Amino acid sequence: MRGFGIWAIRFYLALLLLFLYLPIVVMVLLAFNQSPLYELPIVWDTVWFQSLVHNDRLIRAGLNSVGLALANTLIATVLGTMTAIAFARYSFRGKALLELMLFPPITIPWLIIGTSMLIFFFWIGIGRGLHAMLLGHVALSMPYVIMVVGARLKGHGSALEEAAATLGASPWQAFWRVSLPVMAPGVVAASLFAFAVSFDQFVISYFLAPPGVSTLPVEIYAAIRKGFTPEINAISTIIILFSMGLMLLFARLYRFGGER
Amino acid sequence: MSTVDVIGAVKRYGRVAALDEVSICFGDGEFFGLIGPSGSGKTTLLRAIAGFADLDAGEIRIDKQPVGDRPPHKRDIGMVFQNYALFPHLTVFENVAFGLSVRGRPKETMRKDVGAMLDLVRLSGFEARKPRQLSGGQQQRVALARALVTRPRVLLLDEPLGALDKRLRQEMQIELRLIQREVGITTIFVTHDQEEALTLSDRIAIFNEGKVVQIGAPGEVYERPRSAFAAGFLGDANLFQGAVLDARGVEIGGLGILRTADTLPAPGTHVSLAVRPEKIQVWVEGLATPGADLNRFKGRVQRAVYAGTNLTYKIEVGAHLVTVFEQNRAAHPLPVGTAVNVGWLPVHSVLVAA
Repeated sequence: MRGFGIWAIRFYLALLLLFLYLPIVVMVLLAFNQSPLYELPIVWDTVWFQSLVHNDRLIRAGLNSVGLALANTLIATVLGTMTAIAFARYSFRGKALLELMLFPPITIPWLIIGTSMLIFFFWIGIGRGLHAMLLGHVALSMPYVIMVVGARLKGHGSALEEAAATLGASPWQAFWRVSLPVMAPGVVAASLFAFAVSFDQFVISYFLAPPGVSTLPVEIYAAIRKGFTPEINAISTIIILFSMGLMLLFARLYRFGGER
Repeated sequence: MSTVDVIGAVKRYGRVAALDEVSICFGDGEFFGLIGPSGSGKTTLLRAIAGFADLDAGEIRIDKQPVGDRPPHKRDIGMVFQNYALFPHLTVFENVAFGLSVRGRPKETMRKDVGAMLDLVRLSGFEARKPRQLSGGQQQRVALARALVTRPRVLLLDEPLGALDKRLRQEMQIELRLIQREVGITTIFVTHDQEEALTLSDRIAIFNEGKVVQIGAPGEVYERPRSAFAAGFLGDANLFQGAVLDARGVEIGGLGILRTADTLPAPGTHVSLAVRPEKIQVWVEGLATPGADLNRFKGRVQRAVYAGTNLTYKIEVGAHLVTVFEQNRAAHPLPVGTAVNVGWLPVHSVLVAA
């Protein structure tokens, strides 16, 4: 009976991984297939990667995506970390309400948030464009940053900063020499999260992008509507490798800086 | 070295007074214990001296200088926290060197001072370890070394041994006292462990509900508690209440006349007397009769608790249940129901405020 249980769990796990990864594996394999019509057997070729180089639209969208994600990561991580510190270390009027209000935006469908942002941005004169997209991405990713960094901060309490103060460290010294190094793994994790939220973001970008400006997800969507070319597989393969690299980097950093 | 004066300190949290007109003068080089139940204000006082809690009224002076407007990092104090608060990302050496490093001391001085300090706490050779690779006692010693290395004027200890097991705690008590004597630093420590307070302190202050109940040397505070609370919190006590009969005796309802060596108020006044359980002798009639000068009463053993080195008896005396501690000298504890005599010297009936 016990042996059966273990095999059932293994079977279930295998099935799970199969459904999770097989589509991705198929996509990557087809990216290297010469045939534009997905004919088998696979004839190995990098023709679709080569044609990517000449696809200006896709490259421009890719640059937009990366630039937007980087700017978003920087802003959301800094602002989010500061907010998390304020929540964890200070008490002020309305703090509980503010903390509570961070959660609903995460559960509200992005479609609705995107629509409301579009309406609001037009109403107050921000309009559409990369700046509006950046605003939207920052607003969306900050709650995640606050939660991830906050969890790390709460784990340590304020005793470490107080200890630093009794040893003669000014608040500034205490922050750079104690607080920041201790919460660094949380901050790095949060920044990768912020990057991912922005880089994967389709709905908000789609709504807030003016004609002629797009990001990778938006461009891929547009391309699929016109016809599914293996070029999409190629760019997707690159994105997959890129994000897996990020995750591996994160895992390494986390173990490097993590204390427990 | 240094003195610390707390003068009329008041700290309120909402409508609760965590410190209610507290005044204590901590002498130069003194090892001073603050003891009391949780929420009694002892930790608040320690944090106020450190600068983590601003007083609503009153003043704190270090070496006669008011420090109220100085933030913690400018007060020149050393503090050991309850869970040590060692920096997890730094090595033992870096932890101890932290205070010197933020003061911008040269590398050579740092190496010398940290080395000497680690010597003092017997942790030489552990420089490169991270805190999580150390045992509880070792972490405690690192925290102490880190607090002392800058030669602060005052050392504050917040339940420094609370996280250690009993045996290690006793070892560390001795060590802590030795190190404190060697450095000669004025030390204020908070504890809720009465034995620890009595063992370590030159003087003790007992706190209750934000007020200082009694201050004195351990022997003084223990032997002559001034209130029922002090008697019951620091050690155990049997309390008897009654009306003063004459200059030497108090009539206790359901017991009889109890004599004391203390000066009593006018006859008829209602008073409380405390008697420490270990001051009370128990003997079976006819076996051995101690001196005649005792307060003596007849009773019956209601319960006997065996704890190896000592015994605790609950003895029914009249309408009272008297607690008695006794060294485990006899082979067998007195069985429940035994008719016994209990007695103690008048000097051990201590007059206390109710």
